[in-house]
Amino acid sequence: MAELIVYGIVLGGIIALGAIGLSLVYGIIGFANFAHGEFMTAGAYLALFMVTGVFSWIGIPDNTFGILSFGWRMVFAFPFSMAGVAFLAIFFDRVLYRKLRAKNSGPVMFAMSSLGTSFIIRMIIIIVWGSDYLFYRPGLMRPALEVPLGIKIRPDQIVILFIVFLLVGLLHVFLQDTKMGKAMRATADNMELALISGINTERIIIWTWGIGGALAAAGGILYGIDVQLHARMGWHFLIPLFAATILGSIGNIYGALVGGFAIGIAQQVSTAFLLPTYKLAVAFVIMILILLIRPQGIFGKG
Amino acid sequence: MEIGGIIAYLVSFAIMAGIYAVFCLGLNIQWGYTGLFNIGIAGFFCVGAYTSAMITTPKPTGIYAHYVHQILGLNLPFVFGLVGAAIVCGIIAFLIGIPTLRLGEDYLAIATLGIAETFRLIFNNEYWLANGPRGLIGLPQPLQGLVDPKSYNYVYLIIVVIVMVVVYLLIERAIRSPWGRVLRAVREDEISASMSGKDIFNFKMQALVFGSMVMGVGGALYAHYTIAISPEAFTPLYGTFIIWVMLMAGGSGNNKGAILGAYAIWAVWIGTKFMTDFLPYTLKARAPFIRFLLIGILLELILIYRPQGLLGEEKKVSKLIE
Repeated sequence: MAELIVYGIVLGGIIALGAIGLSLVYGIIGFANFAHGEFMTAGAYLALFMVTGVFSWIGIPDNTFGILSFGWRMVFAFPFSMAGVAFLAIFFDRVLYRKLRAKNSGPVMFAMSSLGTSFIIRMIIIIVWGSDYLFYRPGLMRPALEVPLGIKIRPDQIVILFIVFLLVGLLHVFLQDTKMGKAMRATADNMELALISGINTERIIIWTWGIGGALAAAGGILYGIDVQLHARMGWHFLIPLFAATILGSIGNIYGALVGGFAIGIAQQVSTAFLLPTYKLAVAFVIMILILLIRPQGIFGKG
Repeated sequence: MEIGGIIAYLVSFAIMAGIYAVFCLGLNIQWGYTGLFNIGIAGFFCVGAYTSAMITTPKPTGIYAHYVHQILGLNLPFVFGLVGAAIVCGIIAFLIGIPTLRLGEDYLAIATLGIAETFRLIFNNEYWLANGPRGLIGLPQPLQGLVDPKSYNYVYLIIVVIVMVVVYLLIERAIRSPWGRVLRAVREDEISASMSGKDIFNFKMQALVFGSMVMGVGGALYAHYTIAISPEAFTPLYGTFIIWVMLMAGGSGNNKGAILGAYAIWAVWIGTKFMTDFLPYTLKARAPFIRFLLIGILLELILIYRPQGLLGEEKKVSKLIE
């Protein structure tokens, strides 16, 4: 059980990276982005493209760091992929959502458009990479370390948690201490007030998509390192992401972090009693329970 | 292809598009008239198909019982299958509506999406329920003994068209009643509708349940057309996404548009199949995904350039207003 909780924390960190972005987009731009899971997939596959394609062509050595399963190639691919998906998210905003905003479309039209985006990204990934399970380093043995309480944990997983907290820490500093971060929080709090105060909402929207996309990409890559890559991985993350976002109150990034860990732990612990394929259903049931008991989430005002 | 082959092809095209038209009509009640964002149509599709299958097939006995597991097998006529599918889907819609319809419109979307995925997981993993991933086969077809099996599709086309027309007339009747006008008022402005003394939650629930029952009927029609069903038939692509594109293309809030959209998009879908036949060999295996990519781009274009669809909504639905 202790082991499942530790695995749940790792999975929860990955969910949290997606959920924070989803929550930011939901809170600031004001619609449920059904393509957010696909941003995770896009990040994972973009990193795969760099690691197995571009970097092997440039000639960056294909070594690994000691007991970890990745090396320099991944170190370079990681920020590149985050930036790539940030631009992808901004691109979709420019070509689709901005046009819908200009027409004053209702929030559901945005959500439907994002559903279309999600299918478009997924289809492109399947067309290019197929729908098999892929790995960054196929066939590599990944031994686990024994730590107290009889928990087996892979060194990769420790690094994953470290990166999750590093990214959340950076985001925290950005939101608290920079002008743009403060403007974003203000917009999430009250859009009209922010407009009156002279905040340029179009710029905020671009930053929100960028940050949301980059964090989702990071989550996708970390899941690829921890488990595997699959064209439908992001789609299967969508319900856990929404569950975490709603649990932690929409628009609240610390709530999304807590929500992510809660959902991740619940999903992993459930595998002690249920088939692992039901993880998604576990997230769904938790979400329905939150909607019934406290729809504003744990950090929401009553 | 000789003429008989072409006609047989057109008949099977008309059946499938007609089944999708029933789904579009169901979605039109929810989205077109009431503004309910249901993106878990595949869930109702799946449950409708399985319910009807279990009502109309006998429970396996003897040696078959070792290979085919199903919790229920009533061996009743086709009509009971349709009604049963509608009832079960209505109950599920009611249960989904309770936690979500009082909240913002996105919550229903997230919940229906979740329920569709959950149903697929359940049917895939629980062998005792409906034979797991292998699914159920040998579903009975109504009026099977009436004609030569080779021309049976003509009979089924007539059945599909009858069901479609009945559903169409039923919805038209409902929408042109005071009840239907309240739905549109709820869609346009919840606050003013509730200030007029209308119980928003109740009306939304009725529209959700009504639409989902129609979807259940669509699922049953599909099951008895293909004879064999398995959980993988009810993916978000074939079960939800394409139906949304159909309704948006045809014109949400217009029942004729819903039917037109189903036939038009199904024609586009089939048409792209001929197109991808010209692809190089290496891309052939991925042709369905290229086709879905085109359908996805089509949806985005509709949303931006023609959100009202081909026909658009009728502004006046009361015969009393000229």
